[in-house]
Amino acid sequence: MIIKLENLTKKFGKTTAVSELSLDIKDGEFVALLGPSGCGKTTTMLMIAGIYKPTGGKIVFDDKVVNQWAPKDRDVGMVFQSYALYPHMTVYQNLVYPLLLKKRPKEEMHREAQRVADLMGIGHLLERKPGQLSGGQQQRVALGRALIKKPKVLLFDEPLSNLDARLRITMRSMIKKLQKDLGITSIYVTHDQVEAMTMADRIAVMKDGILQAFTEPEDLHDRPRTLFVAQFVGNPPMNLFEVDLMKENGEMFAVLSKDILIKIPKNRLPKTEKTRIKLGIRPQDIHISSNGSIPAAINIVEPMGRDNLVLCQVNDLELQFLEDPSNKIKPGNSINIEFETDTLQFFDIETELSLLWV
Amino acid sequence: MKIKRVFSKSIPVTLLTILTLPIILGFLWILVSTFSSRAYGLVPVGPDGKFGGLTLSNWQFLSNKTIWLVTINTLILATGLTIGVVIVSAMAGYSLSRIKFPGRKTVLSLTLVLHAFPSATLLIAIYFVLRWISRIPILGNHIPLIGGFGYNTLGGVILVSIALQLPLGIWLMKGFFDNVSWDIERAALIDGCSRFRTWREIMMPQIKPGIAALSIFSFIQGWSSFLIPYSYMTSSSKATVATYLNNLLTESAPVNYGELAAVGLFQLIPVLIFYIFTQKYLLSIFSGGIKGTS
Repeated sequence: MIIKLENLTKKFGKTTAVSELSLDIKDGEFVALLGPSGCGKTTTMLMIAGIYKPTGGKIVFDDKVVNQWAPKDRDVGMVFQSYALYPHMTVYQNLVYPLLLKKRPKEEMHREAQRVADLMGIGHLLERKPGQLSGGQQQRVALGRALIKKPKVLLFDEPLSNLDARLRITMRSMIKKLQKDLGITSIYVTHDQVEAMTMADRIAVMKDGILQAFTEPEDLHDRPRTLFVAQFVGNPPMNLFEVDLMKENGEMFAVLSKDILIKIPKNRLPKTEKTRIKLGIRPQDIHISSNGSIPAAINIVEPMGRDNLVLCQVNDLELQFLEDPSNKIKPGNSINIEFETDTLQFFDIETELSLLWV
Repeated sequence: MKIKRVFSKSIPVTLLTILTLPIILGFLWILVSTFSSRAYGLVPVGPDGKFGGLTLSNWQFLSNKTIWLVTINTLILATGLTIGVVIVSAMAGYSLSRIKFPGRKTVLSLTLVLHAFPSATLLIAIYFVLRWISRIPILGNHIPLIGGFGYNTLGGVILVSIALQLPLGIWLMKGFFDNVSWDIERAALIDGCSRFRTWREIMMPQIKPGIAALSIFSFIQGWSSFLIPYSYMTSSSKATVATYLNNLLTESAPVNYGELAAVGLFQLIPVLIFYIFTQKYLLSIFSGGIKGTS
């Protein structure tokens, strides 16, 4: 099913939770709504589910405006962060409840429950109550309940947030594989950018009810349209500094601090007349180099397994970068570093928009 | 350490013993009196003023048809009150907890005011209302079992008792509903439930402890209620146990305290049995009612 949101707005009293949101979601696509808590992503999802009625704008399923449709007529399945299983029913009763409400025959309910239970690997739990299950098992039951009625849209509201880290990774790949196999259009709300990046075909980043970006994960990471997206996406977060621009001999330089100049390559020239802007560089694009032009003093070294996260001081600036542990650098060391200049990002300080991609 | 613990335990126990002593003595007196023709303090005495005079004659009222009629009346009153209060409170509590509608806040605060309102002040006004209902054909006083909803009918008394019990019930139910997660309800709506079915099949089972507590509370309230039945059911054939007890006190003949105690004990027995088996639920009103125990 194709889902279109057109200028979707939701107000609660005087506060605006979602403002003029427009999204085009393709049939079978897996879209993540990413943003910090309180950014309106769950509100958006509940409007798509039909729990909230929009204050303005349109929700279109295929060609039909569904704004006023009751949740039960929308053919959606939803998985909640709190699992939202019915505590007084057994797993089997939970699974078949959507079919029971559709007045399907007993045999079909039995057959479908078996199918979904096999799919989720919960066949041995059917007679138990939700309270007797672990978090991961409960979430699989919840997923099964969402799938049993073969919905046209699947909605996930931070489904993995209550699980431990290991389980989260297995469930992540399981959900992704399931979604691809079944080809159901899916919307996945999360505040965890790793989840969004690894699972989604496209990511919609939201902040304060306003859509910041809607694009593929790689694009989001490599070509952030706004300062917020640049800060929010990517782990560890991007280094950002205010710099002065300087022209010399037809070349453009960014003045990082006192006499540290960074030459900006031709393909990365910021499109602006202003001379004071924000420069961004990701931790993985900074390297230690004996002939590097930037002297740095190491403050902290955090081992992260494959890499070390190094916090260092360049004059009065602090920045962090990832480094191979075999370099064996220690706090207190003085080193030289260099930037991979063809990954630089530039942002306007006032508008917070990218000076490269907008 | 151990001494300190014994000490800290013994203080509340002693205090509670002292405070409950008058009540315990009262119950003991009732028990003793029911089996003696005369009692001097807690000691049953015979005609000669010495220990003795034990008798079962006080319990003779059990062979009287009236007491059973009265008991059935009380049972109908208590049951009707319970059913009415639970159904209306659960529905109203759900709406007040879950649905946004204009005047919601007003309704909430008004019910709270009503709860604090002494019902005795309403007696005369309610009398006129019941007289008015009496004039409605059939509904007034021609319904089997409860008589109707007018003056001098069991139904009328039930109606008034429900109304007076509702503020407490509604607040209690709202508190329990407030504690059920929204997600469960949303899940039910998305699974295909109507709002009413969500209430009945998904929400009601979550607040079972609350329903149990409110039922027991209402039943006991109905069983021992006196003022409303006494005011609005004047014919003796429609009395309840409480008003029957009162009649024994106000008869012109000298009061037979033995029999009075026996009827009192008779009224007490169901309540006691109820309490023993349902304490757990009743406690959830007071301890967990606000926080919820679902």
